Amino acid sequence: MNTLIFRTITPVLTALMLLFSVFVLLRGHNEPGGGFIGGLIAASALAIFGIARGVGAVRRAIVFHPLAISGAGLLMSCSAGLLSVVFAVPFMTGLWIYPEIAGVEVPLSTVMLFDIGVYLVVVGAITSIALALEEREIE
Amino acid sequence: MAGVTALTFAALWLPLLGAVLAPFLVRVLGANAAWLLALAPLLAFAHFASLLPVIAGGEVITGGYAWVPSFDLRFSWLLDGLSLTFALLITGIGTLIVLYSGGYLKGHPDQGRFFSFIFLFMGAMLGLVVSDSLLMLFIFWELTSTTSFLLIGFDHEREAARRAALQALVVTGGGGLLLLAGLLLIWSTTNATDLSTLLQSGDLLRGNPYYLAILILILCGAFTKSAQFPFHFWLPNAMEAPTPVSAYLHSATMVKAGVYLLMRLNPVMGGTPAWETLLPLFGGVTLVVGTLLAIRQTDLKLQLAYTTVSSLGLLVLLTGFGAPYAIEAAALYLMAHSLFKGALFMVAGIIDHETGTRDITRLRGLKAAMPLTFAAALAAAISMGGLPPFFGFLAKEEIYAALAHADPRSIVFTLVAVGGNALMFAVGFAVALKPFLGPVLATPKHPHEAPPLLWVGPVLLALLGLMTAVFSATAHHYISSPTASAIRGSASVLEISLIPHVGLPLLLSALTIALGTLAYWRIDQARLAMATVLRKLGPGPDRGFDYFIVGLIRLSMRVTRFVQPGRLELYITCTFLCLAAILLVPLWLYGEMPTLPVWPRQVQIHEWAIFLLAVLGLFSVVIARDRLTAIVSLGIQGFSVAIIFLLFGAPDLSFTQFMVETLSVVILALVMTRLQLSPTDRRPLGQKMFDGCIAIACGCGFALLLMKATQGPFNNALTEFFNTYSKTIAHGANVVNVIIVDFRGTDTLGEIAVVAITGLAILALIRIRAQTERKLAENDPDAPEGLGVERP
Repeated sequence: MNTLIFRTITPVLTALMLLFSVFVLLRGHNEPGGGFIGGLIAASALAIFGIARGVGAVRRAIVFHPLAISGAGLLMSCSAGLLSVVFAVPFMTGLWIYPEIAGVEVPLSTVMLFDIGVYLVVVGAITSIALALEEREIE
Repeated sequence: MAGVTALTFAALWLPLLGAVLAPFLVRVLGANAAWLLALAPLLAFAHFASLLPVIAGGEVITGGYAWVPSFDLRFSWLLDGLSLTFALLITGIGTLIVLYSGGYLKGHPDQGRFFSFIFLFMGAMLGLVVSDSLLMLFIFWELTSTTSFLLIGFDHEREAARRAALQALVVTGGGGLLLLAGLLLIWSTTNATDLSTLLQSGDLLRGNPYYLAILILILCGAFTKSAQFPFHFWLPNAMEAPTPVSAYLHSATMVKAGVYLLMRLNPVMGGTPAWETLLPLFGGVTLVVGTLLAIRQTDLKLQLAYTTVSSLGLLVLLTGFGAPYAIEAAALYLMAHSLFKGALFMVAGIIDHETGTRDITRLRGLKAAMPLTFAAALAAAISMGGLPPFFGFLAKEEIYAALAHADPRSIVFTLVAVGGNALMFAVGFAVALKPFLGPVLATPKHPHEAPPLLWVGPVLLALLGLMTAVFSATAHHYISSPTASAIRGSASVLEISLIPHVGLPLLLSALTIALGTLAYWRIDQARLAMATVLRKLGPGPDRGFDYFIVGLIRLSMRVTRFVQPGRLELYITCTFLCLAAILLVPLWLYGEMPTLPVWPRQVQIHEWAIFLLAVLGLFSVVIARDRLTAIVSLGIQGFSVAIIFLLFGAPDLSFTQFMVETLSVVILALVMTRLQLSPTDRRPLGQKMFDGCIAIACGCGFALLLMKATQGPFNNALTEFFNTYSKTIAHGANVVNVIIVDFRGTDTLGEIAVVAITGLAILALIRIRAQTERKLAENDPDAPEGLGVERP
């Protein structure tokens, strides 16, 4: 599988897929997409990178342990739900703000934070499994 | 009143604060941290003591905070004579125990942890006795069992300590579960969620059709906790704990929780024939068995432990006896016992600490070396023996006044009480006199007087036993009478004092003392005789507990081996067989088979193509020569399904399906290489046919179920709701995503938690496998002969 073409094209492919996964994640509220799908795309990107360049390269690239990413995502989703406590509304109530950034109104919400959490959990968990399985091939 | 509420709340939390601070303070100050830590229970004691005049005036203080309002649950407390007396005992003796532990475990590497446990227990016990809410009572009840487990097993490197801790937890925790059942039964039949409601509802419980069931469940809880026969065995074993624990939990406080519960419920459950039969019966038997077993022992702590068992029996007997003065006697004896038994345990600990042994046959002549300890021991023993001028005397007079009547039942129980008291008298003096008098015997350590941290506890308790008797009118006014009133449920005034009243009780006291002196004189012969009798009787409930645990472990081993033989193939076969049965059997059984759909007339050419692709994928899975081809072919089939989703208007679903299929292929391929399975499938033909049948059954099951589901009338209320509100409420046009992250976000939260945990678990499995490759090779159906297990 480690052909020259595959090895050469992988970094570009992975970068594109990761970018696309973020795009899918962010557009999810209005168009097909969302955290879960985005997370799966990102996980595939990392898996492919791992097959081509080795697990060590992936681990260096993502800096944190995949399970730590997963845990951070879970924490983020949980906190997104708990933020509503501060505003005395029931758990998981969506809260929205519309700040203007560089003249453009950007809708931000706890719902989005929640979806990013989902994304991170999925990326972390699946990457952790895939990397652990790939690691053996290298030895 | 708000001030009292806040202060009481603070007092309840003080011990827990101590638990948090203890390890740090001990690290900085060493054993002297005890002086500072003792402030926590002392402050709580001061608060409860300040309530004494109000409670003595007949008032009941209730308070609390809402906990789960939707379930009508409150964190609430009820302070009357009974709970206040217990609270004072817990915090008062607790203060002394904290000081004592400072000296007893001085220099112990885990002293901080020990203090933490003691404070946790104190908080739990305090919560238990002041609880108003029934559920809170149960939670604190189990917390005392748990903390007692931690304390008994404190010296966790010793097998005996671990066994005793487990035994205590199983017995008291199991009893606690029965208590929970009883409390829930009360809750559901009377709708009362707290004690104060229950106490005001009079005959609600006694007239309850489930009265007997409730009574038996609650008695199981109380009897296991208060070590009544035949559950008494855990208490002597609990003496494996360090002596401060024995003095505090297993004589003065925790073991009285069962008695407390019975006293608490006496106004609403007492007075019935069942109550007045069961309580005196079990209490009486426990009293006799406890004293007889106490005579048998040579270990100071074990002797005291068995007399504690019998004292608890006496308290249960009195609580349920039903005659005039019985409740008053129980109230007096409760206090007297906590004072003298706490002191005697601490004395036993001092002797152990300073001489290195607790064997009563090896201790003599310590009087000269330890005069203060001897004085405290003697004072406590006099109170225990029921001699004036100590508080025990008042209790004993009142007991005989309650029991001594002319009817047969009273005569029997009077004899039981006289015999039990006489033997307790003998054991008490044996513990307090034998080690101190006579010629000096050599001990493992050279004995000398204990440091102040150690003797301050027993000396103060012994003094208190004297003061309460001398100033009996004050003690009665503030403590005994309110306690007795709370147990009785109506006002009760105690008047007994040290001035002897000539009469039957005094005569019985004299008889007790005469018999006790005789037993003390002949205690060595009595010990030998009891040893012979016990040997003839064979194994007791303690051994029975071991049999029970061993049997339980064997049974669970057998069940586990049966349901988990360790072959992956078997698990998967079972899982899919069950799945097929679940899918097909109800459809067939209830005649809910779907009508076969009509083949659509106009099928577009590209739809045909996709359909063909799916079938092609399926076939290549079945005929694939090696596994890798099969895995990739499965992907073809999955992709075709995803395209079908896309065509029929489910872009999100299809999107996800694409990704899932891709990842499945990647991960399955990785798993295959990782597990080092052989590249081809070498199952015998018969096996393949069988597995194929299961697969077809599952597939048909799903197909039929889905067909049936789509053939039923479709309720589009949800569709309309989401379409209407997705944009307006949740600001999102993609309904699927809005449902996932907003409308049903809590579900998603649970799901991603599962995803994260699954990732963790799989990682652990892979890592473990790397270390035990060969062991797990048994799971590989293609393992070479000799490694694998026999085929089914």
